[in-house]
Amino acid sequence: MSCDRDGAIALRGLTLAYDRHPAVHHLDGTIPQGALLALVGPNGAGKSTLLKGIVGEIPCLEGRIERPAPKGSIAYLPQAAEIDRSFPLRVLDLVAMGLWHRLGPWRSARPHRPMLMDALAKVGLGGFEDRLIGTLSGGQFQRALFARLIVQDARILLLDEPFTGVDGRTTADLLALIRSWHDQGRTIVAALHDLAQVRGHFPQTLLLAREAVAWGATGAVLTAENLARAQSLSEAWDEDAAICGRHAEPATGPDHDHSHAHAHTHEHHAHGEGHHGPSPAKAASPPKPAAPDPARGHGHAA
Amino acid sequence: MIDLLFGPFIEFGFMRRALVGCLALSLSAPPVGVFLMLRRMSLMSDAMSHAILPGAAVGFLVAGLSLPAMTLGGLAAGLCVALMAGLVTRSTAIKEDASLAAFYLISLAGGVLLVSLRGSQIDLLHILFGSVLALDDPALWLLGGIATVTLFGLAAIYRPLVMECVDPLFLRTVSRAGGPVHYAFLGLVVMNLVGGFQALGTLLAVGLMLLPAIAARFWAADLSGMIPVSVLIAMLSSVIGLSVSYQADVPTGPAIVLAAGGLYLASMLVGRRGGLVYRLFRGRHLEA
Repeated sequence: MSCDRDGAIALRGLTLAYDRHPAVHHLDGTIPQGALLALVGPNGAGKSTLLKGIVGEIPCLEGRIERPAPKGSIAYLPQAAEIDRSFPLRVLDLVAMGLWHRLGPWRSARPHRPMLMDALAKVGLGGFEDRLIGTLSGGQFQRALFARLIVQDARILLLDEPFTGVDGRTTADLLALIRSWHDQGRTIVAALHDLAQVRGHFPQTLLLAREAVAWGATGAVLTAENLARAQSLSEAWDEDAAICGRHAEPATGPDHDHSHAHAHTHEHHAHGEGHHGPSPAKAASPPKPAAPDPARGHGHAA
Repeated sequence: MIDLLFGPFIEFGFMRRALVGCLALSLSAPPVGVFLMLRRMSLMSDAMSHAILPGAAVGFLVAGLSLPAMTLGGLAAGLCVALMAGLVTRSTAIKEDASLAAFYLISLAGGVLLVSLRGSQIDLLHILFGSVLALDDPALWLLGGIATVTLFGLAAIYRPLVMECVDPLFLRTVSRAGGPVHYAFLGLVVMNLVGGFQALGTLLAVGLMLLPAIAARFWAADLSGMIPVSVLIAMLSSVIGLSVSYQADVPTGPAIVLAAGGLYLASMLVGRRGGLVYRLFRGRHLEA
């Protein structure tokens, strides 16, 4: 299908935060076109936050995300809990939502019916088109959402824990679907918890604990040492955390330098001391580079 | 029986006018109510009907019992509250019901204050319980216009509105239509409440919007069925309510809403979809 144009995502000194507390902290790197990337990390490591940031749901506090411009180019599967399943909607209509960027608010979806039925058949939901979404089981509903992703036909797919609460058979089916998307050259990023699954199906992994612990080939990333480090890095946010003085991105334009310089002065006003990296309270943190860290990123697996 | 139901409409012009006005409102308000119910915002319309009061009161203070002045005032106050509540919801952590409650209370208190500044209790009762038996030409045009705008408006925003209800996050990721659609929908709610306030009074305007919508839930499985059923129930309530009010010489607004309430209770008992009778005496379960 139409995956010829650039489907890469570049993260440049990206910080995403809730109320100034970073959930994703100074993340640098590029997700190349056609990547099949697993996003791994403990709870609270910023996996969902990163996906929301890429899709534009959370504004960047610092740094930026370079991604293809048109809205239709990114498909995002959130955790299913955010959908109102009691709404009296038929499965076919749910799947047809994926046609939005082609149909907009008014054009008829009727000519696309065979394509919608085909998508349902691909996820094993043939014959379910007239069921209400509230009557589907958890796994069936997840299949329906994957059918909507098929219909969206996006170059970049972001999946947030797509297999949570889904049985083995369904997971296997959906993984096969992800594999076929990968073969078509789409860029796929999936937040996952099952390490065996990641090792078996995802060639690239980003191990996240607010910052990138390791990023590269799955085998090299998912070492016991890296996982332990991610665990220790990811403790909950610190109410009294000091202002971060690390440079977001050395190679940005003058605008950015200016704003950061401002942050610096502010910091000195507030504390009278400058320190680098996260708050000293995080004693468990391993020694990390104090200065800007452009090398941290793709291929920098420990 | 037919004479009992339709006699008054054949005999008296003011009854025919009342019927036309109520039927127009029955076309526009229930579909809006269906969406309100499905978004779990049923009580929001009640709040909004109160929020309209200060605007109507200002119109009343400026121009006396004048339909255009009170309508414009009500529209302005309602849209203002809807907009402020929407803005607060979308830009802070406060949920829609809480921000709406805050603004409607401010608005209602202001309205009561304004009404008490001038005008007697009788005027207030008139505002609250409507004047369905005294609909003049401009009032009928207003109701007809509101019905027309509502139906075309709903048709125009139908798809994004459904998406906004089911999966707002998805709509946000594929389009920026979510915000405008939400405000357009709130605008339709306010417009219908103002129309209903003309015919039935502020307190009862909500009845014709919500009761038929909730009753329809017991008869139809999905939206395409619920909307027409809710319109039918509203029209039936209008005819029954007007006849009863004429025959028994009781106030018209409450009679119409009570008729809708009766149809709701009947639907709840014998409705095909989850009605009580079907729940108590369901057939033996199927094999698969």
